[in-house]
Amino acid sequence: MSVLLSVHDLRAYYGQVQALHGLSFDLNEGSMTTLLGANGAGKTTTLRAICNMVRSTGPIQFEGKPLNGKSTENIVRLGIAHVPQGRGTFTTLTVEENLQLGAISRKDTKAITDDIERMYAHFPVLKQRHTQQAGTLSGGEQQMLAVARALMLRPRLMLLDEPSFGLAPLIVRDLFNILGKINREDKVSILVVEQNAQLALEIADKAYVIETGRIVMSGNAKEIANDESVRKSYLGY
Amino acid sequence: MELFINQVLAGIATGAIYACMALAIVMIFQAIDHLNFAQGEMAMFATFIAWQLMQWGVPYWWAFLLTLIISFAGGVIIERLLFKPLAKAPVLTNVAGFIALFAIVNSVAGLIWDFTIKQFPTPFGSSPFLGSQLISTHQVGMIGVTLGLLIALFVFFRFTRIGLAMRAAAAMPESARLVGINTGWMVALGWGMASAIGAIAGILIAPVVFLEPNMMGGVLIYGFAAAVLGGLTSPLGAVLGGFLVGVFENLVGTYVPGVGNELKLPIALALIVIVLVVKPTGLMGHTVVKRV
Repeated sequence: MSVLLSVHDLRAYYGQVQALHGLSFDLNEGSMTTLLGANGAGKTTTLRAICNMVRSTGPIQFEGKPLNGKSTENIVRLGIAHVPQGRGTFTTLTVEENLQLGAISRKDTKAITDDIERMYAHFPVLKQRHTQQAGTLSGGEQQMLAVARALMLRPRLMLLDEPSFGLAPLIVRDLFNILGKINREDKVSILVVEQNAQLALEIADKAYVIETGRIVMSGNAKEIANDESVRKSYLGY
Repeated sequence: MELFINQVLAGIATGAIYACMALAIVMIFQAIDHLNFAQGEMAMFATFIAWQLMQWGVPYWWAFLLTLIISFAGGVIIERLLFKPLAKAPVLTNVAGFIALFAIVNSVAGLIWDFTIKQFPTPFGSSPFLGSQLISTHQVGMIGVTLGLLIALFVFFRFTRIGLAMRAAAAMPESARLVGINTGWMVALGWGMASAIGAIAGILIAPVVFLEPNMMGGVLIYGFAAAVLGGLTSPLGAVLGGFLVGVFENLVGTYVPGVGNELKLPIALALIVIVLVVKPTGLMGHTVVKRV
């Protein structure tokens, strides 16, 4: 398996405050990797650093090419879809316009139309609501829309920032099943940041645990899930 | 009754110009959250360019088209040179930037073309429209061009991908970057379009108010009143506000004793204050609510 994304000695700063203290990890092609950790550990910052949305140092490579110094929009255009915390929904635009925007950097308009239909097949509720303003959707529906919008890019890599946030447990379960399916069937590599460690470890194949801006544990998701001392000290369940 | 209809129609005609100015103001406000105080001066400068082209013998509609292109480019250049570097600066810095732009454009126009009043031609003629004394052909032309412009803009924003990208960039810049939109260029494009729309307003109103460097002062205030009345976040509201302000201004000037032409401008200012106090979101604007 080849490495799709590699992050080495990543340090990130908010003004004078350093949020990441030399974080390194790899993400394999086709894998579903999860970053776990408590509030304020640096999970979101890591995702934001990959997309150059926060000042950072340390080489980040995607498909062997450096991302450092590229603008956010150009990084996205390489095939990295980022679903931010709070989902980044265009609330004043319609559901269908949100999907169109996901593919705004693509030129193949015919294929875009097909992909929208594909998304409606994945998420039937979006088809029912396709002319509705996205802001009127429920939290779960908006998260579905955010994932669908990200997929419209036909990404190589999808970055998901706490997709379970604010959702009912049943909906979270649904969403993660869909993510697993997307990972297996559409061959999209996924890096997911989660506080809901138990669920994330169930579907991920690899996991990293972050604490105060450093990686303190890494390994096979199953092994980490089964290691009681890790669970107790870092994951809290 | 005839006076009333006459005043309403005349109000709609000048309202069309206010609508254009309000639209230009709203476009830039949507893109960068600031009011462009220099919008009127930019329009005035564009009108002078059109006038100069015609002095050099360019036919009206070619001069019109060329002026739009030059204005568009000028708007983009002003954004790139002056306001892109100020994007993260505090509000007051931006306000200072707009005032500087206002003063510079005004003085440069005076320097090149001096401050004497010039005649500006109308392609529509100023005879009574279809023999009716109620409205002139130029006024009908003003309304017609504005409506055409509105339809074109509606189609652009509703049905083209670049229009969608611009709406997305204005509504949620960070999310827009995350789908691969170059938001910086979308802002520049907004400036270009606003500048071209302003140029249309200037060219259409010039035969009425005559061409000189301060010709847009009053028009801009009415444009602001229209934009505020419509709600600064709504292009449709801006247009509606423009027509309402135009009609309101004329009716008050005609029927309220003691107002007349001299006190029309304070009425626009009073309107701004009243709307901001009574209904700050305007007729069609929406309150920006963010879910945390």
